[in-house]
Amino acid sequence: MCLAIPGKVVESFEQRGLRMAKVQFGGIAREACLEYVPETQIGDYVLVHVGFAISRVDEDEARRTYELLESMDQLTELSAPVVSEANAAGGKP
Amino acid sequence: MKYLDEYRDGRLASKIVDEIRRIQTRPWVIMEVCGGQTHSIVKHGIDYLLPEGIELVHGPGCPVCVTPLEMIDKAHAIAKRTDVIFCSFGDMLRVPGSEGDLFTIRSQGGDVRIVYSPLDCLKIARANPEKKVVFFAIGFETTAPANAMLVWRAKQEGLKNASILVSHVMVPPSIASILQSPLNRVQGFLGPGHVCAIMGYREYEPISARFKVPIVITGFEPLDILQGTLMTVRQLESGRAEVENEYSRILNRDGNKPAQKLVFSVFEIADRKWRGVGSIPKSGYKLRWEYREHDAEKLFDVKEIDTREPDICISGQILKGIKKPHDCPAFGKQCDPQHPLGATMVSAEGACAAYYAYGRHLQKGQDRNSAAASSLGGAA
Repeated sequence: MCLAIPGKVVESFEQRGLRMAKVQFGGIAREACLEYVPETQIGDYVLVHVGFAISRVDEDEARRTYELLESMDQLTELSAPVVSEANAAGGKP
Repeated sequence: MKYLDEYRDGRLASKIVDEIRRIQTRPWVIMEVCGGQTHSIVKHGIDYLLPEGIELVHGPGCPVCVTPLEMIDKAHAIAKRTDVIFCSFGDMLRVPGSEGDLFTIRSQGGDVRIVYSPLDCLKIARANPEKKVVFFAIGFETTAPANAMLVWRAKQEGLKNASILVSHVMVPPSIASILQSPLNRVQGFLGPGHVCAIMGYREYEPISARFKVPIVITGFEPLDILQGTLMTVRQLESGRAEVENEYSRILNRDGNKPAQKLVFSVFEIADRKWRGVGSIPKSGYKLRWEYREHDAEKLFDVKEIDTREPDICISGQILKGIKKPHDCPAFGKQCDPQHPLGATMVSAEGACAAYYAYGRHLQKGQDRNSAAASSLGGAA
Protein backbone atom coordinates (compact mmCIF):
# COMPACT_ATOMS: atom_id res chain seq x y z
CA MET A 1 0.00 0.00 0.00
CA CYS A 2 2.59 2.53 -1.00
CA LEU A 3 0.37 4.05 -3.59
CA ALA A 4 0.61 7.81 -3.37
CA ILE A 5 -1.14 10.19 -5.75
CA PRO A 6 -0.22 13.79 -6.53
CA GLY A 7 -2.94 16.42 -6.31
CA LYS A 8 -3.37 20.20 -6.09
CA VAL A 9 -4.19 21.94 -2.81
CA VAL A 10 -7.26 24.09 -3.56
CA GLU A 11 -8.39 24.92 -0.02
CA SER A 12 -6.91 24.70 3.41
CA PHE A 13 -8.79 24.65 6.71
CA GLU A 14 -8.54 23.43 10.25
CA GLN A 15 -10.43 20.44 11.47
CA ARG A 16 -10.28 19.47 15.14
CA GLY A 17 -6.94 21.21 15.53
CA LEU A 18 -5.32 19.60 12.49
CA ARG A 19 -4.31 21.52 9.36
CA MET A 20 -6.21 19.95 6.46
CA ALA A 21 -6.61 20.62 2.77
CA LYS A 22 -9.05 19.93 0.00
CA VAL A 23 -6.90 18.35 -2.73
CA GLN A 24 -7.92 18.13 -6.35
CA PHE A 25 -6.92 14.96 -8.21
CA GLY A 26 -8.16 15.71 -11.73
CA GLY A 27 -11.93 15.40 -11.46
CA ILE A 28 -12.04 14.14 -7.86
CA ALA A 29 -11.50 16.16 -4.70
CA ARG A 30 -10.61 14.58 -1.35
CA GLU A 31 -9.37 15.75 2.01
CA ALA A 32 -5.77 15.40 3.02
CA CYS A 33 -3.99 16.21 6.25
CA LEU A 34 -1.19 18.77 5.83
CA GLU A 35 0.44 18.33 9.24
CA TYR A 36 3.48 16.62 7.73
CA VAL A 37 4.06 19.29 5.05
CA PRO A 38 3.55 22.46 7.11
CA GLU A 39 5.04 24.82 4.50
CA THR A 40 2.39 23.95 1.89
CA GLN A 41 0.43 26.81 0.30
CA ILE A 42 -2.77 26.85 -1.75
CA GLY A 43 -1.85 25.98 -5.32
CA ASP A 44 0.99 23.68 -4.32
CA TYR A 45 0.95 20.07 -5.36
CA VAL A 46 1.33 17.39 -2.72
CA LEU A 47 1.83 13.64 -2.81
CA VAL A 48 -1.07 12.08 -0.89
CA HIS A 49 -1.01 8.66 0.74
CA VAL A 50 -4.03 7.39 2.72
CA GLY A 51 -5.37 10.89 3.23
CA PHE A 52 -2.06 12.47 4.28
CA ALA A 53 0.23 14.72 2.28
CA ILE A 54 3.70 13.17 2.68
CA SER A 55 5.73 15.36 0.31
CA ARG A 56 5.39 18.31 -2.06
CA VAL A 57 5.87 18.03 -5.83
CA ASP A 58 6.15 20.45 -8.69
CA GLU A 59 3.26 20.97 -11.11
CA ASP A 60 4.80 19.32 -14.14
CA GLU A 61 5.54 16.20 -12.14
CA ALA A 62 2.01 16.05 -10.77
CA ARG A 63 0.17 16.33 -14.08
CA ARG A 64 2.31 13.65 -15.60
CA THR A 65 1.97 11.26 -12.69
CA TYR A 66 -1.80 11.77 -12.45
CA GLU A 67 -2.37 10.96 -16.07
CA LEU A 68 -0.28 7.82 -15.77
CA LEU A 69 -2.19 6.65 -12.71
CA GLU A 70 -5.55 7.36 -14.36
CA SER A 71 -4.59 5.08 -17.19
CA MET A 72 -3.49 2.40 -14.72
CA ASP A 73 -6.94 2.43 -13.09
CA GLN A 74 -5.36 3.03 -9.71
CA LEU A 75 -7.74 5.83 -8.89
CA THR A 76 -10.18 3.32 -7.44
CA GLU A 77 -8.49 4.07 -4.09
CA LEU A 78 -9.98 7.58 -4.23
CA SER A 79 -13.50 6.22 -4.56
CA ALA A 80 -13.48 4.73 -1.04
CA PRO A 81 -16.48 6.15 0.85
CA VAL A 82 -16.20 9.62 2.34
CA VAL A 83 -16.63 9.38 6.10
CA SER A 84 -17.95 12.45 7.85
CA GLU A 85 -19.17 12.95 11.41
CA ALA A 86 -22.71 13.09 10.01
CA ASN A 87 -22.68 9.67 8.38
CA ALA A 88 -20.27 7.97 10.78
CA ALA A 89 -22.93 7.24 13.41
CA GLY A 90 -25.11 4.15 13.45
CA GLY A 91 -25.15 1.39 10.91
CA LYS A 92 -22.93 0.44 8.06
CA PRO A 93 -22.59 2.79 5.05
CA MET B 1 11.81 14.22 -18.17
CA LYS B 2 9.03 16.64 -17.38
CA TYR B 3 5.91 15.51 -19.20
CA LEU B 4 3.74 12.40 -19.12
CA ASP B 5 4.27 11.60 -22.79
CA GLU B 6 7.99 11.46 -22.28
CA TYR B 7 7.57 9.21 -19.26
CA ARG B 8 5.39 6.89 -21.27
CA ASP B 9 7.24 7.31 -24.53
CA GLY B 10 8.60 3.98 -25.65
CA ARG B 11 11.32 5.72 -27.64
CA LEU B 12 12.74 7.26 -24.47
CA ALA B 13 12.39 3.93 -22.71
CA SER B 14 14.30 2.38 -25.59
CA LYS B 15 17.07 4.98 -25.21
CA ILE B 16 17.50 4.05 -21.56
CA VAL B 17 17.45 0.35 -22.45
CA ASP B 18 20.02 0.95 -25.21
CA GLU B 19 22.29 2.67 -22.71
CA ILE B 20 21.95 -0.26 -20.31
CA ARG B 21 22.78 -2.62 -23.15
CA ARG B 22 25.77 -0.50 -24.16
CA ILE B 23 27.40 -0.59 -20.74
CA GLN B 24 26.42 -4.10 -19.68
CA THR B 25 29.19 -6.68 -19.78
CA ARG B 26 27.73 -9.52 -17.69
CA PRO B 27 24.43 -10.70 -16.18
CA TRP B 28 23.03 -8.89 -13.14
CA VAL B 29 20.19 -9.67 -10.73
CA ILE B 30 18.38 -6.61 -9.37
CA MET B 31 15.52 -6.62 -6.88
CA GLU B 32 12.78 -4.01 -6.80
CA VAL B 33 11.49 -3.76 -3.25
CA CYS B 34 7.97 -2.32 -3.54
CA GLY B 35 4.84 -4.09 -4.67
CA GLY B 36 3.88 -0.94 -6.55
CA GLN B 37 7.13 -1.15 -8.50
CA THR B 38 6.49 -4.85 -9.26
CA HIS B 39 3.07 -3.91 -10.58
CA SER B 40 4.52 -1.23 -12.86
CA ILE B 41 7.21 -3.59 -14.14
CA VAL B 42 4.77 -6.37 -14.99
CA LYS B 43 2.15 -4.08 -16.51
CA HIS B 44 4.58 -2.35 -18.84
CA GLY B 45 6.60 -5.47 -19.57
CA ILE B 46 9.73 -3.69 -18.33
CA ASP B 47 11.35 -7.02 -17.53
CA TYR B 48 10.86 -7.96 -21.20
CA LEU B 49 12.25 -4.62 -22.43
CA LEU B 50 15.49 -4.96 -20.53
CA PRO B 51 18.46 -6.61 -22.23
CA GLU B 52 19.07 -10.31 -21.76
CA GLY B 53 21.01 -10.83 -18.58
CA ILE B 54 19.40 -8.03 -16.56
CA GLU B 55 16.98 -9.88 -14.35
CA LEU B 56 14.49 -8.11 -12.09
CA VAL B 57 13.37 -10.13 -9.09
CA HIS B 58 10.50 -9.09 -6.87
CA GLY B 59 10.97 -8.15 -3.26
CA PRO B 60 8.94 -8.28 -0.05
CA GLY B 61 7.48 -4.78 -0.34
CA CYS B 62 3.87 -5.80 -0.07
CA PRO B 63 2.69 -5.25 3.49
CA VAL B 64 -0.45 -7.35 3.09
CA CYS B 65 1.64 -10.20 1.69
CA VAL B 66 3.99 -10.24 4.68
CA THR B 67 1.38 -9.87 7.43
CA PRO B 68 1.33 -13.20 9.30
CA LEU B 69 -1.75 -15.35 8.90
CA GLU B 70 -2.19 -15.31 12.71
CA MET B 71 -2.54 -11.53 12.58
CA ILE B 72 -5.18 -11.73 9.87
CA ASP B 73 -7.05 -14.35 11.91
CA LYS B 74 -6.81 -12.09 14.95
CA ALA B 75 -8.27 -9.21 12.93
CA HIS B 76 -11.13 -11.39 11.77
CA ALA B 77 -11.89 -12.55 15.31
CA ILE B 78 -12.08 -8.92 16.46
CA ALA B 79 -14.22 -7.93 13.47
CA LYS B 80 -16.79 -10.60 14.30
CA ARG B 81 -17.51 -9.11 17.74
CA THR B 82 -20.82 -7.33 18.02
CA ASP B 83 -19.32 -4.50 20.08
CA VAL B 84 -16.74 -3.66 17.39
CA ILE B 85 -16.72 -1.47 14.30
CA PHE B 86 -13.76 -2.82 12.31
CA CYS B 87 -12.12 -0.42 9.86
CA SER B 88 -9.51 -1.02 7.20
CA PHE B 89 -8.39 0.04 3.74
CA GLY B 90 -10.28 -1.58 0.91
CA ASP B 91 -7.56 -3.98 -0.17
CA MET B 92 -7.84 -5.95 3.08
CA LEU B 93 -11.42 -7.02 2.57
CA ARG B 94 -10.68 -9.98 0.32
CA VAL B 95 -7.55 -11.17 2.11
CA PRO B 96 -8.37 -14.65 3.38
CA GLY B 97 -7.59 -15.78 6.89
CA SER B 98 -7.68 -19.41 7.91
CA GLU B 99 -11.45 -19.18 7.41
CA GLY B 100 -13.05 -16.56 5.22
CA ASP B 101 -12.28 -12.86 4.89
CA LEU B 102 -13.57 -9.50 6.14
CA PHE B 103 -16.06 -9.39 3.30
CA THR B 104 -17.73 -12.60 4.44
CA ILE B 105 -17.70 -11.34 8.04
CA ARG B 106 -19.50 -8.22 6.85
CA SER B 107 -22.04 -10.26 4.93
CA GLN B 108 -22.70 -12.24 8.11
CA GLY B 109 -23.50 -9.08 10.04
CA GLY B 110 -20.10 -7.81 11.20
CA ASP B 111 -19.69 -4.02 11.13
CA VAL B 112 -16.73 -3.79 8.76
CA ARG B 113 -16.03 -0.42 7.11
CA ILE B 114 -13.64 0.69 4.40
CA VAL B 115 -11.89 3.94 5.17
CA TYR B 116 -9.89 6.32 2.97
CA SER B 117 -7.73 7.64 5.82
CA PRO B 118 -6.99 6.43 9.36
CA LEU B 119 -8.42 9.79 10.52
CA ASP B 120 -11.85 8.56 9.40
CA CYS B 121 -11.70 6.15 12.35
CA LEU B 122 -11.65 9.13 14.74
CA LYS B 123 -14.89 10.39 13.18
CA ILE B 124 -16.46 6.96 13.52
CA ALA B 125 -15.27 6.61 17.12
CA ARG B 126 -16.68 10.02 18.10
CA ALA B 127 -20.01 9.19 16.49
CA ASN B 128 -20.27 5.72 18.08
CA PRO B 129 -19.17 6.03 21.73
CA GLU B 130 -20.83 2.77 22.68
CA LYS B 131 -18.80 0.78 20.16
CA LYS B 132 -15.13 -0.12 20.01
CA VAL B 133 -13.60 1.17 16.78
CA VAL B 134 -10.60 -0.85 15.65
CA PHE B 135 -8.38 0.04 12.69
CA PHE B 136 -6.27 -2.61 10.97
CA ALA B 137 -2.94 -0.78 10.78
CA ILE B 138 -0.99 -2.71 8.17
CA GLY B 139 1.86 -1.12 6.28
CA PHE B 140 5.44 -0.20 5.79
CA GLU B 141 6.97 3.05 6.98
CA THR B 142 4.95 5.01 4.41
CA THR B 143 1.71 4.47 6.30
CA ALA B 144 3.13 4.79 9.82
CA PRO B 145 2.77 8.61 10.01
CA ALA B 146 -0.94 8.36 9.19
CA ASN B 147 -1.50 5.64 11.78
CA ALA B 148 0.58 7.52 14.33
CA MET B 149 -1.62 10.59 13.89
CA LEU B 150 -4.74 8.49 14.50
CA VAL B 151 -3.42 7.12 17.78
CA TRP B 152 -1.91 10.42 18.93
CA ARG B 153 -5.19 12.26 18.34
CA ALA B 154 -7.22 9.48 19.96
CA LYS B 155 -5.15 9.81 23.13
CA GLN B 156 -5.25 13.62 23.05
CA GLU B 157 -9.03 13.63 22.71
CA GLY B 158 -9.50 10.86 25.25
CA LEU B 159 -11.24 8.69 22.64
CA LYS B 160 -10.95 5.51 24.67
CA ASN B 161 -12.99 3.49 22.19
CA ALA B 162 -10.50 3.96 19.33
CA SER B 163 -7.67 1.46 18.89
CA ILE B 164 -5.42 0.02 16.20
CA LEU B 165 -4.25 -3.50 15.45
CA VAL B 166 -0.63 -2.98 14.42
CA SER B 167 1.17 -4.89 11.72
CA HIS B 168 3.88 -2.45 10.70
CA VAL B 169 7.07 -3.64 9.05
CA MET B 170 10.28 -1.90 7.96
CA VAL B 171 12.13 -2.24 4.69
CA PRO B 172 15.84 -2.04 5.68
CA PRO B 173 15.85 -5.15 7.92
CA SER B 174 14.08 -7.16 5.21
CA ILE B 175 16.72 -6.19 2.66
CA ALA B 176 19.47 -7.13 5.12
CA SER B 177 17.75 -10.44 5.79
CA ILE B 178 17.60 -11.23 2.06
CA LEU B 179 21.27 -10.32 1.64
CA GLN B 180 22.25 -12.52 4.58
CA SER B 181 20.60 -15.61 3.15
CA PRO B 182 22.99 -18.19 1.62
CA LEU B 183 20.52 -18.56 -1.28
CA ASN B 184 20.64 -14.86 -2.12
CA ARG B 185 21.05 -13.97 -5.80
CA VAL B 186 20.37 -10.23 -5.56
CA GLN B 187 23.26 -7.94 -6.51
CA GLY B 188 21.55 -4.54 -6.47
CA PHE B 189 18.28 -2.95 -5.33
CA LEU B 190 15.70 -0.49 -6.57
CA GLY B 191 14.82 1.05 -3.22
CA PRO B 192 11.32 2.00 -2.02
CA GLY B 193 10.39 5.49 -3.24
CA HIS B 194 7.49 6.32 -0.94
CA VAL B 195 8.94 4.66 2.15
CA CYS B 196 11.99 6.89 1.65
CA ALA B 197 9.82 9.97 1.15
CA ILE B 198 9.03 9.50 4.85
CA MET B 199 12.23 7.98 6.24
CA GLY B 200 14.90 9.37 3.91
CA TYR B 201 17.58 6.95 2.83
CA ARG B 202 20.38 7.29 5.35
CA GLU B 203 19.62 3.87 6.86
CA TYR B 204 20.33 2.16 3.52
CA GLU B 205 23.92 3.42 3.52
CA PRO B 206 25.29 0.96 6.11
CA ILE B 207 23.50 -1.90 4.31
CA SER B 208 25.01 -0.88 0.98
CA ALA B 209 28.46 -0.63 2.56
CA ARG B 210 28.28 -3.85 4.57
CA PHE B 211 27.00 -6.06 1.76
CA LYS B 212 28.64 -4.06 -1.05
CA VAL B 213 25.43 -3.67 -3.05
CA PRO B 214 24.18 -0.61 -4.94
CA ILE B 215 20.80 0.66 -3.75
CA VAL B 216 19.02 3.19 -5.98
CA ILE B 217 15.92 4.74 -4.43
CA THR B 218 13.41 4.61 -7.28
CA GLY B 219 9.93 5.87 -8.16
CA PHE B 220 7.04 3.97 -9.68
CA GLU B 221 6.55 5.05 -13.26
CA PRO B 222 8.03 2.95 -16.05
CA LEU B 223 10.73 5.48 -16.83
CA ASP B 224 11.57 5.82 -13.13
CA ILE B 225 12.13 2.10 -12.97
CA LEU B 226 14.21 2.03 -16.15
CA GLN B 227 16.28 4.99 -14.97
CA GLY B 228 16.75 3.36 -11.56
CA THR B 229 17.85 0.17 -13.27
CA LEU B 230 20.33 2.08 -15.44
CA MET B 231 21.81 3.80 -12.37
CA THR B 232 22.12 0.41 -10.65
CA VAL B 233 23.79 -1.25 -13.64
CA ARG B 234 26.24 1.68 -13.92
CA GLN B 235 27.27 1.06 -10.32
CA LEU B 236 27.52 -2.70 -10.79
CA GLU B 237 29.60 -2.37 -13.94
CA SER B 238 32.02 0.05 -12.29
CA GLY B 239 32.25 -1.90 -9.03
CA ARG B 240 30.62 0.84 -6.99
CA ALA B 241 28.22 0.15 -4.13
CA GLU B 242 26.43 3.29 -2.98
CA VAL B 243 22.98 4.63 -2.25
CA GLU B 244 21.67 6.93 -4.98
CA ASN B 245 18.35 8.73 -5.41
CA GLU B 246 16.50 8.41 -8.73
CA TYR B 247 13.28 9.81 -7.19
CA SER B 248 14.86 13.13 -6.29
CA ARG B 249 11.79 15.19 -7.30
CA ILE B 250 9.93 13.67 -4.30
CA LEU B 251 12.45 12.87 -1.60
CA ASN B 252 15.80 13.69 -0.05
CA ARG B 253 18.31 11.90 2.14
CA ASP B 254 16.75 13.05 5.44
CA GLY B 255 13.10 12.34 4.60
CA ASN B 256 10.09 13.97 6.24
CA LYS B 257 11.16 15.12 9.69
CA PRO B 258 7.74 16.06 11.16
CA ALA B 259 6.42 12.64 10.11
CA GLN B 260 9.37 10.78 11.65
CA LYS B 261 8.99 12.71 14.88
CA LEU B 262 5.38 11.68 15.40
CA VAL B 263 5.97 8.10 14.29
CA PHE B 264 8.66 7.60 16.93
CA SER B 265 6.72 9.29 19.68
CA VAL B 266 3.88 6.81 19.13
CA PHE B 267 5.68 3.65 17.97
CA GLU B 268 8.85 1.87 18.92
CA ILE B 269 10.84 -0.73 17.00
CA ALA B 270 10.00 -4.38 17.69
CA ASP B 271 10.72 -7.85 16.37
CA ARG B 272 8.17 -8.92 13.76
CA LYS B 273 7.22 -12.14 12.05
CA TRP B 274 7.06 -11.88 8.24
CA ARG B 275 4.76 -14.27 6.47
CA GLY B 276 6.73 -16.67 4.32
CA VAL B 277 10.04 -15.34 5.66
CA GLY B 278 10.02 -15.88 9.41
CA SER B 279 10.87 -13.65 12.34
CA ILE B 280 13.22 -10.73 11.63
CA PRO B 281 14.53 -8.90 14.72
CA LYS B 282 13.81 -5.19 15.06
CA SER B 283 11.93 -5.19 11.79
CA GLY B 284 8.62 -3.61 12.72
CA TYR B 285 6.79 -1.22 14.99
CA LYS B 286 4.63 -1.64 18.05
CA LEU B 287 2.79 0.96 20.06
CA ARG B 288 4.64 2.48 22.97
CA TRP B 289 3.51 1.69 26.50
CA GLU B 290 1.95 5.18 26.86
CA TYR B 291 -0.47 4.27 24.06
CA ARG B 292 -1.47 0.83 25.39
CA GLU B 293 -5.10 1.90 25.79
CA HIS B 294 -5.26 2.20 22.02
CA ASP B 295 -3.47 -1.08 21.24
CA ALA B 296 -6.04 -3.56 19.97
CA GLU B 297 -3.66 -6.46 20.45
CA LYS B 298 -3.67 -5.75 24.20
CA LEU B 299 -7.33 -4.78 24.44
CA PHE B 300 -8.82 -7.85 22.81
CA ASP B 301 -8.11 -11.25 24.23
CA VAL B 302 -8.25 -13.46 21.18
CA LYS B 303 -7.75 -17.18 21.69
CA GLU B 304 -5.01 -18.86 19.68
CA ILE B 305 -6.40 -19.73 16.27
CA ASP B 306 -5.19 -22.73 14.36
CA THR B 307 -3.63 -21.19 11.27
CA ARG B 308 -3.39 -23.32 8.16
CA GLU B 309 -1.10 -22.36 5.27
CA PRO B 310 -1.49 -24.37 2.04
CA ASP B 311 1.57 -26.58 1.52
CA ILE B 312 1.78 -25.90 -2.20
CA CYS B 313 2.30 -22.15 -1.77
CA ILE B 314 5.82 -20.83 -2.42
CA SER B 315 5.12 -17.21 -1.43
CA GLY B 316 8.05 -17.16 0.96
CA GLN B 317 10.54 -17.91 -1.81
CA ILE B 318 8.89 -15.39 -4.11
CA LEU B 319 9.10 -12.63 -1.48
CA LYS B 320 12.84 -13.29 -1.15
CA GLY B 321 13.43 -13.17 -4.90
CA ILE B 322 14.42 -16.85 -5.10
CA LYS B 323 11.47 -17.99 -7.21
CA LYS B 324 9.01 -16.38 -9.60
CA PRO B 325 5.23 -16.89 -9.77
CA HIS B 326 5.38 -19.22 -12.75
CA ASP B 327 7.73 -21.50 -10.81
CA CYS B 328 4.69 -22.41 -8.69
CA PRO B 329 2.59 -25.38 -9.83
CA ALA B 330 -0.57 -23.75 -8.51
CA PHE B 331 -0.10 -20.39 -10.25
CA GLY B 332 -3.05 -19.59 -12.49
CA LYS B 333 -4.55 -23.01 -11.77
CA GLN B 334 -5.79 -23.63 -8.22
CA CYS B 335 -4.44 -20.25 -7.21
CA ASP B 336 -5.76 -17.05 -8.72
CA PRO B 337 -6.97 -13.67 -7.39
CA GLN B 338 -10.47 -15.05 -6.75
CA HIS B 339 -9.10 -18.07 -4.86
CA PRO B 340 -5.70 -16.97 -3.52
CA LEU B 341 -3.73 -19.69 -1.71
CA GLY B 342 -1.07 -17.47 -0.24
CA ALA B 343 0.40 -14.10 0.49
CA THR B 344 1.64 -13.00 -2.90
CA MET B 345 -1.67 -13.64 -4.65
CA VAL B 346 -3.97 -12.22 -1.98
CA SER B 347 -2.78 -8.66 -2.29
CA ALA B 348 -3.07 -6.67 -5.50
CA GLU B 349 0.52 -5.59 -4.90
CA GLY B 350 1.84 -9.13 -4.60
CA ALA B 351 4.02 -10.53 -7.37
CA CYS B 352 1.62 -13.38 -8.20
CA ALA B 353 -1.37 -11.04 -8.37
CA ALA B 354 0.58 -8.67 -10.63
CA TYR B 355 1.69 -11.46 -12.94
CA TYR B 356 -1.86 -12.81 -13.13
CA ALA B 357 -3.37 -9.39 -13.77
CA TYR B 358 -1.17 -8.93 -16.82
CA GLY B 359 -1.74 -12.36 -18.25
CA ARG B 360 1.58 -13.95 -17.38
CA HIS B 361 -0.19 -17.21 -16.46
CA LEU B 362 -1.26 -17.47 -20.09
CA GLN B 363 2.32 -17.39 -21.39
CA LYS B 364 4.47 -20.48 -21.41
CA GLY B 365 7.42 -19.92 -19.11
CA GLN B 366 9.62 -16.87 -19.41
CA ASP B 367 9.80 -16.44 -23.16
CA ARG B 368 10.95 -12.83 -23.39
CA ASN B 369 10.77 -12.67 -27.16
CA SER B 370 7.09 -13.45 -27.32
CA ALA B 371 6.12 -10.95 -24.64
CA ALA B 372 2.75 -9.26 -24.86
CA ALA B 373 2.92 -5.74 -26.27
CA SER B 374 4.14 -3.23 -23.79
CA SER B 375 1.69 -0.49 -22.86
CA LEU B 376 4.40 2.08 -23.55
CA GLY B 377 3.84 3.93 -26.78
CA GLY B 378 6.32 4.32 -29.59
CA ALA B 379 8.71 1.66 -30.81
CA ALA B 380 9.11 -0.12 -27.50
